[in-house]
Amino acid sequence: MPKITIDDIELDVEPGLTVLQACELAGKEIPRFCYHERLSVAGNCRMCLVEMEKAPKPIASCAMPVGEGMKIKTDSEMVKKARHGVMEFLLINHPLDCPICDQGGECDLQDQAMGYGFDRSRYLETKRAVDDKNLGPLVKTIMTRCIHCTRCVRFATEVAGVPELGATGRGETMEIGTYVEKALSSELSGNIIDLCPVGALTSKPYAFVARPWELKKTESIDVTDALGSNIRVDARGSEILRVLPRVNEDVNEEWISDKARFSYDGLLRQRLDKPYVRHDGKLRPASWDEAFAAITAKLKGLEGKKLAAIAGDLADCESMFALKSLMTSLGSQNLDCRQDGSAVGEGARSGYLFNSTVAGIEQADAILLVGTNPRLEAAVLNARIRKRFLTGKVKIAIVGPEADLTYKHQNLGSNPAILSQIAAGSHAFAETLKQAQKPMLIIGTGALTRADGAAILASARAVAETCGLIKDGWNGFNVLHRAASRVGGLDLGFLPGAGGRGTDSILEGTSSGAIEVVYLLGADEIDMKRLGKAFVIYQGHHGDAGAARADVILPGAAYTEKDGTYVNTEGRVQRAQRATFPLGDAREDWTILRALSERLGRKLPFDNLDALQVKMTKACPTLSGVDAIAPAAWGAFGKAGDLANQDFTYPIANFYMTDAIGRASVTMAKCVAEILGQGVPRTGTHG
Amino acid sequence: MLKDKDRIFTNIYGLHDPFLAGARARGDWDGTKEILERGRDKIIDEMKASGLRGRGGAGFGTGLKWSFMPKEIGARPHYLVVNADEGEPGTCKDREILRHEPHKLVEGCLIASFAMGAHAAYIYVRGEFFRETQALQRAVDEAYDNGLIGKNACGTGWDFDLYVHRGAGAYICGEETALIESLEGKKGQPRLKPPFPANSGLYGCPTTVNNVESIAVAPEILRRGGAWFAGIGRPNNTGTKLFNISGHVNHPCTVEEEMSIPLRELVERHAGGVRGGWDNLLAIIPGGASVPVLPKSICDSVLMDFDSLREVRSGLGTAAVMVMDKSTDIVAAIACLSHFYKHESCGQCTPCREGTGWMARMMTRMVAGDASTREIDLLEQVTRQVEGHTICALGDAAAWPIQGLIRHFRPELERRIELAKARAPRAAAE
Repeated sequence: MPKITIDDIELDVEPGLTVLQACELAGKEIPRFCYHERLSVAGNCRMCLVEMEKAPKPIASCAMPVGEGMKIKTDSEMVKKARHGVMEFLLINHPLDCPICDQGGECDLQDQAMGYGFDRSRYLETKRAVDDKNLGPLVKTIMTRCIHCTRCVRFATEVAGVPELGATGRGETMEIGTYVEKALSSELSGNIIDLCPVGALTSKPYAFVARPWELKKTESIDVTDALGSNIRVDARGSEILRVLPRVNEDVNEEWISDKARFSYDGLLRQRLDKPYVRHDGKLRPASWDEAFAAITAKLKGLEGKKLAAIAGDLADCESMFALKSLMTSLGSQNLDCRQDGSAVGEGARSGYLFNSTVAGIEQADAILLVGTNPRLEAAVLNARIRKRFLTGKVKIAIVGPEADLTYKHQNLGSNPAILSQIAAGSHAFAETLKQAQKPMLIIGTGALTRADGAAILASARAVAETCGLIKDGWNGFNVLHRAASRVGGLDLGFLPGAGGRGTDSILEGTSSGAIEVVYLLGADEIDMKRLGKAFVIYQGHHGDAGAARADVILPGAAYTEKDGTYVNTEGRVQRAQRATFPLGDAREDWTILRALSERLGRKLPFDNLDALQVKMTKACPTLSGVDAIAPAAWGAFGKAGDLANQDFTYPIANFYMTDAIGRASVTMAKCVAEILGQGVPRTGTHG
Repeated sequence: MLKDKDRIFTNIYGLHDPFLAGARARGDWDGTKEILERGRDKIIDEMKASGLRGRGGAGFGTGLKWSFMPKEIGARPHYLVVNADEGEPGTCKDREILRHEPHKLVEGCLIASFAMGAHAAYIYVRGEFFRETQALQRAVDEAYDNGLIGKNACGTGWDFDLYVHRGAGAYICGEETALIESLEGKKGQPRLKPPFPANSGLYGCPTTVNNVESIAVAPEILRRGGAWFAGIGRPNNTGTKLFNISGHVNHPCTVEEEMSIPLRELVERHAGGVRGGWDNLLAIIPGGASVPVLPKSICDSVLMDFDSLREVRSGLGTAAVMVMDKSTDIVAAIACLSHFYKHESCGQCTPCREGTGWMARMMTRMVAGDASTREIDLLEQVTRQVEGHTICALGDAAAWPIQGLIRHFRPELERRIELAKARAPRAAAE
């Protein structure tokens, strides 16, 4: 361990650290712009210069590795002068338009100019002006403010793996851009807004909307995919104005996908803000009383087996638990939280989890992706795979159609038979998996929602077992879910009970008339035509497909409007907090079910959220450890059977609109139009 | 005064055949095999003994630089990269070697590569040197055809490949790490050091970047012995050197001379003296655009070597002597250089990107006197804020000429400002 002296503080530091990191350990703050711990070192801003004994010039601390006996000074006259100088250079061509800049109040340049800069300008020449670039519907550019730290370039190239940004020109005329103007195609492009230390890259939807100090910040969990990225929801009054990532090294590091970041404007559109009841084929606004009365009338005397419930992709554990309790008390076993019909949930818990954990990807040395395109299904997780890929220590193969995953991979073909070959050891990749220390298999919902999903799951299990994916301290079998509610629902056993029907069977029942009432808890992604003549109760927050088909609509809360528990694809239990109140007459979902249960004479045994959560964790102990993953033992799951000779397909074609919130979002619609190049269907009110 | 027998570049004026037959007649490729058979350590020791300091401008010991390469060839191959991106204003020594003495360079490449365990070398030639590249390529082809390089070079069993690569004409690509970036096909921007190229250079492999002249003189040093080379010039400033004399002299020329020749003797003996006589001299930039200008008083006595010029706060640089007589607008001359550096700054790091533009704009105003005398100090401070704070030496190079100007010609700057004020009294009153 090298011994290093920083301003008379002696400390032993790990070899390989940079001087800047060592200074931080010593409690010395080093100003910086281009340095970012998750990006490569550029060393170009020169703000982090410190004095090193025996060096004739100040050194860039971000790039200098620590050495034995180094003597660093961070507060000498030389360092002060260097910082002053660099700060002055950064500001001479900076427009200083802070009053109209969206970065104002959270700007590194502002903060550091206060700490290290001059109080006046000595620059008498004209300032540089730079043309703004159009980077698409998400990232707004005011390139005159750019200080050329290249964080965005490095992020796009290294983390996102979509090298669309670069610097053109040189000297003063160097500009950051895409060269040929185009919208950034990365699913992670919004992160460059957070990375930009100045106001050159800001959020387009948030432009001129608010100042950071006006916002109420609430810690929450993203529900747009099953990763459960940690987010911070910034709201003013009743309106969510932006969503930012929170750091969680185990889940999303400090990135979130564009869908998580920008689909919030959908929270104010197409909302169900009052109950509706269908009269004479038309939905009409109603009071809660009328809505409950309509349901009570329909359910009176109905046999439990004629009643079914399906939970959607955004449901929180609390509401699913309440609905399950209610359905059970009504005598119905027809429950399912897998509206996509995926063949997970039967058998061992490890059969539906991402057992290796997201952070575990960074140890994997072989990864087999089965029927999944993680770039679209969990963009941040894909960045983790890419991070591992960049170390050069992992071999990646996919079974599925060729896709641009942002890292090099071998395509083994798309036929499920390949899976059986690997399990039998007759495929070359079996050897790769067997020789790996920490091999991983990631199976996506695209492979599991097929008719032969259970058989595919079984053969994936066979691969895991025969190729040594399961060993002491390592479980390489992983299911990558797409829905934030899925693992929570499976954990809660929101599944068909004894003799009960699953999603497909429920829909068969509704078509045939065997099921008369269906309770949809935010389920919008089922085939509504198959609901037949059934009486549909829709509880949810968006006027999407489910609400359009419903006979009674109970307006619920979106994920930002309730305290709720979500379990991510790893099985990690996370709590989201309420940022704003539900709109209009809408209520938090568990309270709706609690009130309905009372009207139905089956009063649920909890009066507040705490009591509900106590009951819930008692019924389902895996939900008790918040921010933790309950260990899942390996066991049997899947059903051996014939694999259909039919290629895998990926479930997501349109990354931006996978849920009701995204479909209601104008920003997401712009992304679809500008980034995916798909026209938005024109309505009668267009121009 | 260099004796003819000590001259290394005997065809620098292109009076004879520059290609293989002519080169062999002048002694090139003579006993190359024997030189290689001495082994790596002996070659490097001989180079160290010669005291040869890098001819690209920084003056770092060439033998020492070679010795920094890993002793054993590990998993990563070693590379020699020859910097023929001669872009320093006023400098035209490497181009004479490329077109008239290319075999010296090719032979030097083989020997240097052998000495550092490199099986491949790249010569990065300035894009504008089209004819020079042709001549060099012809020499390389000849060497291949005659078994001098390639597989089993010179019959030594050493495999050696030499590639000629043309740049695209950016000054910054003459900086060794920017050159490596450019050679790799990236944007020419200097890299952070450490890691130094000897650890991680071209394609992340151990690499040494040498100037054309440093490599081209190596075979002759090894043939005649390091002691011979060390016997020319002053201690620590040994050997012969190509000097380029341009500007207000009667016969601008490139000439090989011994190091430490007095500047005045160099100009008067080889360039026919300053136009209008030595007393008509205003100033000399002694080592290419990036070193501070020297007024006549210093030029009278200074010696042309690294240490002597350093003592007078200038530098030998590339030994491109730019002579300016009293008709010169010295402020405009330096302003011209400032614009050059503004134009050639790569834009990567802050002080250089922003500072070169600021300095150039201030210099433009200084030429017309459109400034206040306080701004001379501001200009000086800006140069200090750039100098030493940048990734590469371009920031220093942009700062030094202005520092030299202020140091030696401050009265001229002040005179212009006063003159401009007098011409526009109303503006001054405001």
